[in-house]
Amino acid sequence: MLSMRDVSKIYRTDTIETHALRKFSLSVDEGEFVSVTGPSGSGKTTFLNIAGLLEESTSGIYELDGRDVSGLNDAERSRLRNEKIGFIFQSFNLIPELDVFDNVDVPLRYRSFDAAERKKRIDRVLDIVGLASRNKHLPSQLSGGQQQRVAIARALAGEPRFLLADEPTGNLDSHMADSVMELLTEINTQGTTIIMVTHEPALADRARRNIHVLDGQVSNGDSDIHLASQTA
Amino acid sequence: MFRYYLKLGLFSIRKNPMLSFLMVAAIAVGIGACMTIVNVDYVMSGNPIPHRSDLLYHVQVDSWDTNDAYQEPDLPPEQLTYQDGNALWQANAARRQTLSYKATRVVQPGTQGERPFRALTRSTTGDFFAMFDTPFIYGGGWDRSADLNEEYVVVIDREVNDRVFGGADSVGESLVLNGKAYSVTGVIDTWEPLPKYYDVNNGPFDESEDVYIPFSVSIANEIDSSGNTSCWKPSEGGWDGRLASECIWVQLWVELQGENEKLDYLAFLEGYVESQKAVGRFGRPMNNRINDVMEWMEYQEVVAEDVNVLLGIAIMFLVVCLLNTISLLLAKVARRSGDISLRRALGASRRAVFAQYIVEAGMIGAVGGIFGVGMTWLGLQGIRGLYGELDFIARLVAMDWPIIIMAVGLAIISALAAALYPTWRACRVHPASQLKAL
Repeated sequence: MLSMRDVSKIYRTDTIETHALRKFSLSVDEGEFVSVTGPSGSGKTTFLNIAGLLEESTSGIYELDGRDVSGLNDAERSRLRNEKIGFIFQSFNLIPELDVFDNVDVPLRYRSFDAAERKKRIDRVLDIVGLASRNKHLPSQLSGGQQQRVAIARALAGEPRFLLADEPTGNLDSHMADSVMELLTEINTQGTTIIMVTHEPALADRARRNIHVLDGQVSNGDSDIHLASQTA
Repeated sequence: MFRYYLKLGLFSIRKNPMLSFLMVAAIAVGIGACMTIVNVDYVMSGNPIPHRSDLLYHVQVDSWDTNDAYQEPDLPPEQLTYQDGNALWQANAARRQTLSYKATRVVQPGTQGERPFRALTRSTTGDFFAMFDTPFIYGGGWDRSADLNEEYVVVIDREVNDRVFGGADSVGESLVLNGKAYSVTGVIDTWEPLPKYYDVNNGPFDESEDVYIPFSVSIANEIDSSGNTSCWKPSEGGWDGRLASECIWVQLWVELQGENEKLDYLAFLEGYVESQKAVGRFGRPMNNRINDVMEWMEYQEVVAEDVNVLLGIAIMFLVVCLLNTISLLLAKVARRSGDISLRRALGASRRAVFAQYIVEAGMIGAVGGIFGVGMTWLGLQGIRGLYGELDFIARLVAMDWPIIIMAVGLAIISALAAALYPTWRACRVHPASQLKAL
């Protein structure tokens, strides 16, 4: 479903060249729940950005659903992002002036769905995250955990192939974090692939598979890690 | 999506009220300044009779001093001598022709208690009304026989009719002008062509006349012109001397249809000038001209040069306001880069972001345009306040719907133009750039 082979990402300025990813290889199968851990600056977020088509790699091959996405133009990348990928961010990234319904509606607006279809999807995902009754609330009227649930609903509304979560519980207390993790686990058991970046080993352990990133490379080599170079 | 973008634009304006207000204010002030001058220019340069302007021709022949052109470079006089005007009118060589000059008469109302009053008068011929399409509320003009027979007939405007006849149908009634009784043949509704194209020599923005009497009657009664008169050599004394002089003070307009009639009339003029050369007049080279209404407005430079300079300055001012708008929009884009980044991450293409911000800019432009109309009105009132003692100013500062629509349209177009660069910048916001920072 997701396959990266020898993906590198180099950030260049006039004087400095930073290798964020070095020949990074990984494959993730459908239905997996993969946690990505590693110290700050190890390349976790860069991996997530490239996986989510938010950034382009400098070199290497990235295949999404068997399609090489390296050479796609902006419109095609935007469409793929919208249709296949759901994002969950550490700081929720809700739009403060939009209510819950309209926040969840954002990715659907770029999808040419009619109003009835959008409403059906929004109602369904808000029901899943347990916020159906709060759809007219503004983000500021919700707790942190509820805001993250709205963000998860937004990520799910487009019925993506996989969710990319960047520290999804980083801004939550332990009780709320637990609740969000339960929700993600439930979503995963229903078939949605999840890749989650986290600092916390306890949360990483709740994923079915964990990979550790160090200096822009996958560092742990146990048999559960599907390094593309090994399977190729 | 358009409605969605409108909704987002509204949210954005509410979210950044001060920035939005400054942008609207910049556009409104720029549009107000620009449209104030455009309005004056528009009124000055408008076509006063669009449905007939290419049929009506002002006639010039060069009867001026052999040794000295009327106006360099070798331009013929703007008016005609009485003898030339009358001869050309008598020849009846066009479909219609009207000879006229500006005069003043005193109306002596028959009703008790009503005091005599001065009335702007046009001494003219019967075709005047059909050629210039004057709107009658009662009756009509007079025919050529009335001119030839020096009949005492008169056409009055609504104001005189209201004052003397209480607004009733006065056709057939008698109106006394300077002691002479004239029979009313028609009453003209309010009619203020702007510019007053048929007599730009005597004030292109002056009011139209109150009273119209036959040219022949005016001549017979020795009614002198109250308009501009220019002479290049002394005339004999008395009224007959005036009529036989080389002084120019009458205007001739003819109605011609198509190129052939135009060429025929020019040939006729040439023949007339040749005949005058044969009797010792017209010492200058052949220099006859006929100009249609808009050509004549341009020839006479009805739109003053300083108005064009002011227009240029006003446009520059609008550009400065738009530059301010650009910087404000850039500030807004910078503030909202997080929102843009998020939308891009959630699937918005660059095109979608562009559309969103252009729609928002259009909304700001529209609001700026509406306020700009108000600023234009204020600007025009300022002009009226400064030059209110001049009658024609009041006519230049009137706004009409085309100007209002133009103001709003120009504001929207200006805002869209100003938004192009900031919107392009918005499109370049990287989808991943702000997500961590939010």
